[in-house]
Amino acid sequence: MDIKMKKNGTELTVEVIGRLDSLTAPELEDKLEESYEGIEKLILDLGKLEYISSAGLRVLLGAAQTMEEQSDEGELIVRNLTKPVRDVIELVGFDSAFTIE
Amino acid sequence: MKELVIDAKRENLPAVLAFVDEQLEAVECPMLTQTSIDVAVEEVFINIASYAYDTEIGTATVQVTVLQDPLSVEITFIDNGTQYDPLAKEDPDITLPKQKRKKGGLGIFMVKKTMDDVVYEYKYGKNILTIKKKLNEE
Repeated sequence: MDIKMKKNGTELTVEVIGRLDSLTAPELEDKLEESYEGIEKLILDLGKLEYISSAGLRVLLGAAQTMEEQSDEGELIVRNLTKPVRDVIELVGFDSAFTIE
Repeated sequence: MKELVIDAKRENLPAVLAFVDEQLEAVECPMLTQTSIDVAVEEVFINIASYAYDTEIGTATVQVTVLQDPLSVEITFIDNGTQYDPLAKEDPDITLPKQKRKKGGLGIFMVKKTMDDVVYEYKYGKNILTIKKKLNEE
């Protein structure tokens, strides 16, 4: 898994590339934890994510909750879902947990 | 039937997935089906690696059997660890608003939703969990 981050004022775009599974999810969680401060809009670009497991979904749900808790304007946007990742997200009903573009 | 016996350690997840994927690719499993099987296999193996054994490192046995009519795959996980029936856990309520959702219990729920059949047995001091999935559906 590769993580690329781009910060623009209060907006943070995080591109997650490869596989988000039980082994790699903690790394993404740590990177996000270090970056939340001052962020109002978190964009996860998953256009190059091939695979997500429940461990990855837990990180997404945690990110959505953190964004809402830390500011009234806080939001998580998940962008460019690939078909396998979209299927998994819909399966667990998380398509209602954050904005999908 | 193909079998892999491996230390039940989280870092062995890629080896377990590679073993299962090799069998699935040999029967030209559709990609989406393979992804859902991989998610299920990850969930079950990580559970065993995390909870089955206390301090000692035990093993997990993974058996993959391809069945015909209809073409399907049966994957059995065996460990000698603490008796634990993951299917006994209550399903998470995915209709709750996100602030009320709990982060746990999702994995086994996904396994139950995506696989055609999930069976747990405890026999001769072993946890035996079998998942089954038809391969002909996209």
